[in-house]
Amino acid sequence: MSNNSNHDMRTPLSKVRGLGSAKDGTSHFWRQRLTGLANIPLALFFIYCIASVAGKSHADTLAFVANPIIAILLLLFVLSGVYHMKLGMQVIIEDYIHGEKIKILALILNLFFAAFIGMACVFSILKISFGG
Amino acid sequence: MVELALPNNSVLKGGKDWAQAEAAGNYKSFKVYRWNPDDGKNPSLDTYHVDLDTCGPMVLDAIIKIKSEIDPTLTFRRSCREGICGSCAMNIDGTNTLACTKAIADVKGEVKIYPLPHLEVIKDLVPDLTNFYAQHASIEPWLKTTTVEPEKEWLQSPKERAKLDGLYECILCACCATSCPSYWWNGDRYLGPAILLQSYRWLIDSRDEATGERLDDLEDPFRLYRCHTIMNCAKACPKGLNPAKAIASIKQMMVERKY
Repeated sequence: MSNNSNHDMRTPLSKVRGLGSAKDGTSHFWRQRLTGLANIPLALFFIYCIASVAGKSHADTLAFVANPIIAILLLLFVLSGVYHMKLGMQVIIEDYIHGEKIKILALILNLFFAAFIGMACVFSILKISFGG
Repeated sequence: MVELALPNNSVLKGGKDWAQAEAAGNYKSFKVYRWNPDDGKNPSLDTYHVDLDTCGPMVLDAIIKIKSEIDPTLTFRRSCREGICGSCAMNIDGTNTLACTKAIADVKGEVKIYPLPHLEVIKDLVPDLTNFYAQHASIEPWLKTTTVEPEKEWLQSPKERAKLDGLYECILCACCATSCPSYWWNGDRYLGPAILLQSYRWLIDSRDEATGERLDDLEDPFRLYRCHTIMNCAKACPKGLNPAKAIASIKQMMVERKY
């Protein structure tokens, strides 16, 4: 409630109205739930993958991941998982970081981090899948 | 960042024990938050001993008795004494509730009484609700229509009227809003459970013609979407209402009109 403890001359209603409604937020809410839903089967599939390659040789593991169906599902898991992670972390940042500048910086870093992790995973899977 | 510790001037220090020469009686201790804006001291927790044999059954009866018979400086809001005005909302035994509907017998041991959490305190048990009321004003809580007013009244079927049950009973006591962690951290931008429940009361009123505009005003990452379904609101509500459900219904309306 930090903003309200400023004893300035603005009316309480003016403070509450602030900069108005962002007319946004529903797509974030909807996508977080969609990716959450997708993550249930995809995470189960990922556990299946880990169990399948447990104790196998490096060559066998590469061959397993190279399978097109496996590779596509792994890619989906990475994309859905990383996007879900980005959306969730954004909520946490908006909840707890109140300095406007540091909040924007954290939101940018969050996006860059998710993009980098996502791209690295996608690159790895494609490299194996295309026999790199 | 989130305030995990109280600022130095808000830390509770000591407190007076108003021990009186106790005659025979059925005494119970009440520990009450005290803060006076004029003496420059930190808040304290004073202890009062109330004879339950000569006191009404509710916590409000006890603090009125304290004010009349022990310490006239104790400051709190109260009016209707029957759970319909919402004035005597405070934190009793760790839960936000109305002092007038909370039975003393329901509290084991000493009764701890604090003002509603995470609001600025004006004095003792009186919190500053200015922001809360401004938020209520911001949702324009009245019937909005464009159609020419009918000669008699706006018609509503019993079925349509039934949709307001569980919403119209809200007395704006702020017990739910001040129990919500999301409201604690972002109360300047998040409207909170009480105001969103009030908002939903107008969103589903069959007579209202401004549903779209109301949804436009609410669609915001902070105003509406700070609700993370923590459910403290439903647990706290002394009227047994479920603001979390109302908020979920607003989110559902948002999705419905978008996809």
